[in-house]
Amino acid sequence: MKERIQKLRKISTETPAHIDMERAKLFTESYKLHEANVSIPEMRALALKHYFTNKTLYLGDGELIVGEKGDSPLSSPTFPELCCHTVDDLKIMNDRELISFKVKDEDYAFQERDMIPFWENRSIRTKIIAQMPDEWMNAYHSGIFTEFMEQRGPGHTVGSENIYNKGFLEHKADIKAALSKLDFEKDPEAKSKENELKAMDIACDAILILGRRYHDYALYLATEEQDPERKAELLQIAENCSVVPANRPQTMWQALQMYWFVHLGVTTELNPWDAYSPGRLDQHLIRFYENDLKTDRIDRDKAKELLECLWIKFNNQPAPPKVGITLKESSTYTDFANINTGGITPEGEDGVNEISYLILECMDEMKLLQPSSNVQISKKTPRDFLLKACEISRKGWGQPAFYNTEAVLLELLNAGKSLEDARKGGTSGCVETGAFGNEAYILTGYFNLPKILEVTLFNGIDPVSGLQLGLPLGKAEDFTTYEALFEAYQKQIDYFLAIKIQGNSTIEKIYADFMPVPFLSVLTNDCIERGKDYNAGGARYNTSYIQGVGIGTITDSLSAIKYNVYDKQKFSMAELIQALTSDFSGYDRIYNLVCNHTPKYGNDDEYADAVMYSVFDYYCTSVTGRPNVRGGHYRVNMLPTTCHVYFGEVMIASPNGRHAHKPVSEGISPEKGADTKGPTAVIKSTSKMDHLRTGGTLLNQKFTPSTVAGEQGLEQMANLIRAYFSLDGHHIQFNVIDRQTLQEAQQHPEEYKDLIVRVAGYSDHFRNLSTALQNEIIERTEQCFH
Amino acid sequence: MKEPLITDIQKYCIHDGHGIRTTVFFKGCPLSCGWCHNPETQSFSRQLLFDEDKCRGCGACIPACQSNAITLSKNKAVTNQQLCTVCGTCQEECLGNLRIPSGNYYTVEELQKELEKDLVFYTTSGGGVTLSGGEVLLQDTEYLEQLLSYLATKKISVNIDTCGHAPREVLQRLFPYVDTFLYDVKLMDPVLHKKFTGVDNRLLLDNLIWLNKQHARLWIRIPVIVGVNSTLAQMEQIAFFLKSNEIHPEQINLLPYHNTGRNKYNRLSRTYHDSDFETPTNDELERFFLLFQEYGFANVKIGG
Repeated sequence: MKERIQKLRKISTETPAHIDMERAKLFTESYKLHEANVSIPEMRALALKHYFTNKTLYLGDGELIVGEKGDSPLSSPTFPELCCHTVDDLKIMNDRELISFKVKDEDYAFQERDMIPFWENRSIRTKIIAQMPDEWMNAYHSGIFTEFMEQRGPGHTVGSENIYNKGFLEHKADIKAALSKLDFEKDPEAKSKENELKAMDIACDAILILGRRYHDYALYLATEEQDPERKAELLQIAENCSVVPANRPQTMWQALQMYWFVHLGVTTELNPWDAYSPGRLDQHLIRFYENDLKTDRIDRDKAKELLECLWIKFNNQPAPPKVGITLKESSTYTDFANINTGGITPEGEDGVNEISYLILECMDEMKLLQPSSNVQISKKTPRDFLLKACEISRKGWGQPAFYNTEAVLLELLNAGKSLEDARKGGTSGCVETGAFGNEAYILTGYFNLPKILEVTLFNGIDPVSGLQLGLPLGKAEDFTTYEALFEAYQKQIDYFLAIKIQGNSTIEKIYADFMPVPFLSVLTNDCIERGKDYNAGGARYNTSYIQGVGIGTITDSLSAIKYNVYDKQKFSMAELIQALTSDFSGYDRIYNLVCNHTPKYGNDDEYADAVMYSVFDYYCTSVTGRPNVRGGHYRVNMLPTTCHVYFGEVMIASPNGRHAHKPVSEGISPEKGADTKGPTAVIKSTSKMDHLRTGGTLLNQKFTPSTVAGEQGLEQMANLIRAYFSLDGHHIQFNVIDRQTLQEAQQHPEEYKDLIVRVAGYSDHFRNLSTALQNEIIERTEQCFH
Repeated sequence: MKEPLITDIQKYCIHDGHGIRTTVFFKGCPLSCGWCHNPETQSFSRQLLFDEDKCRGCGACIPACQSNAITLSKNKAVTNQQLCTVCGTCQEECLGNLRIPSGNYYTVEELQKELEKDLVFYTTSGGGVTLSGGEVLLQDTEYLEQLLSYLATKKISVNIDTCGHAPREVLQRLFPYVDTFLYDVKLMDPVLHKKFTGVDNRLLLDNLIWLNKQHARLWIRIPVIVGVNSTLAQMEQIAFFLKSNEIHPEQINLLPYHNTGRNKYNRLSRTYHDSDFETPTNDELERFFLLFQEYGFANVKIGG
């Protein structure tokens, strides 16, 4: 690693995350000025423009790619228009041990004096809470589901080649053309389209201003600079900023700077989930790289250095601070920008190129939390690329994750995308499938599948709070057959889905009406043509997701009941319910039977896997195809981020022997310790779920270092991935760290500051995880090679 | 046709031949090596594995036993081996999950089905099935022939992991179906061989020579155990034997002894004489590695 990168990396990894109020201040000023006299989309765009015109610029020593969301690296702007933090919220953020954000003394007073009075009744969060019915509030607070949009904007969006094919002056011309085509006589929506298009035009101006300011600033710093080498770099940065974002980039350096300006625009306009990602970076950059090589502008080393500078930029942006349940479902600094490497080209050919290899090297050298880096493995991917990715993965810190290109493609086609759009697509966030540049695919919340069984077993009552959450369909003892129990479970799923989806409709409408994102809309195909915002259904495709959590726990719980209560009659339902409410204390026999002598998911066992499929199939069928308010449909994916810990906290013991308040299973992985037949059995079981019907599934495998050691270990790891993908598995990732090391790290976090582990669809510093989550990772079954 | 007892079917084995393999451990072995790390595979009968150390003496197993074979003594369950039929009914009732019957009968169809479960991994990795033990060649020949011919029709590669102490006729019948023989060679001295394994080594060395003449693909596996066979002279005898009989294995594995099987002896109520054996040092292994190379064997590996 070059000295420059070492210095930048040190700043990026050692600076504490901190709150920056400048955005809140400038956005509020702009809102106050314009609220009464312009349309909402224009008001949003004017606020962005006001921020980019006046924000503090940062251009750090040695930087080659410039721009920060806030005033410096690791600063985190707030978004009071979405979630207006209380002074207590700020104190909690500042004081909490994990995922803390330093708050300056004067910020508390500023929040109380200037922000709260203006925003407390205007914020989206307030609007949402005010409009949600009691059933929704009860289910939400009891942990039946979570709500993604309560503190952050709709997101999961990924950039496309659009970023490099046009400068913002060209976008302005497109907008102008669209404006000129509006038909105010015949189109009743012409006025709202005009508002939106004008807002998009202002948003373009905003980014042009930011580019110009960075040009001027770099030029100024160059005149002050004594070191001739740095002076030349600053002059080049100034020149880059005079080309982009106004015009198309001409070089790889400019292309990266263009991406970064766009990233800043999208993530400061609003704070969409999963930030923003360049998507197919290797395929977008290759033409610039090859051209630079031809004209001797760059060599391989320099290209890598530029990429590493971009990596630093990603890592400089902690995810916006969250509080409450939203913090629990996503307890991490990671903002999930997930770069796709490899895969196939839009023409369907092998997409691995020289930049793909550079990205692997960059990922390996940088070992940063952000960006999340993955490899897309297709049938056409060269073996050596797969092996190189495995070699990095087996070092143990969870990157890269492996995705199945063909599965992703089929999932997209199944969801109605054109072949070309599907091939340009990939995965973002944790594992979510999307048509990059063409789709608004919004994750709306996690859905607690095991908790719904709990409620079913207690006649619709939540045994934790005592509230009647679900339908009163009878006590557990009343279900005389497994089929009767399962039917009741299905009815409760439907009941809670209806509550969740009605809530979603209200929330999505609130965003469409009050929180448009004209800047993001400029970059998303069809928004300009339709004169419609990304958050209002302007994108070519508009999908909403509800993420199922705990398939391992629910499968083993149902299997435990079916096998022991109904099939073998080892104990009665009444005894089981007593065991659950006693957390198995005094019920050793039942505990032993459900833990050790019951078919479990993850062992390629037909009995248990059939139960898994019945739950998955019902959940997937119930969700898929329901209309959302943006003209698209609902689909499912199966991933948890850190929500499986929270979803376990809100539950008593479950019939599979999981103790009260312990995490439920994560992703589509088996319950901890339930899989005893090795990784091939896990893969067989998990692939019985029909991945192609989903928008992504997440499988975590933990290996001990010795099991992936040597050439055999590496080769078979690659073969394991190939086998999983031939069974249509969507995604697999590896933690390769032995139990002893993790236990050491738990006891002596100071000695393991750099230890990064795979959590769910992302990696995190082990020291930043809650003790419950640390334990959970330690307990995940270690798969051994024999 | 007599169904064999199987102690374990392990998936994802990557050191018993090429690719990802499923290894079947058959129960029963003609040898009785004191260092064996799978002692439960030595006897041809079903046995109860019992983890006495962890027994809390709750007594839940006592009423479960249909033969009244279990009593409590000093707060531990004690099983009368004469009365115990290893029926397995106590297994589910033991609250600590400490009573595991070792050895289950599989019909040939059941075993085929289990082995076919990982077909996709065999195909992807060039792997297959490894039959191990115990000693697979001493199981019912008709059963094995039916199993192997079935796997052959499914194009599943089969390796046989053997000590070689089996009738020639069995080898002749099974040979056509076998991809690779993983062949154990321990000692050249017949007296020492008898002392440590319980049998003379003539039959197994003759079988090795015969297999080599049939151009069988061979992996020679040599456990290296200090106190048994780890002098330079003993290793040189093995190298000399292989070379003088023009045996050219695809691979030679030097397998350093480890005592990970110790716990299993306790669970079988057997005494483990671990003071008799020691793990060789890396230097010693390195020396043997070079020795085999000097004898012209190119593909020597330390470990599995």
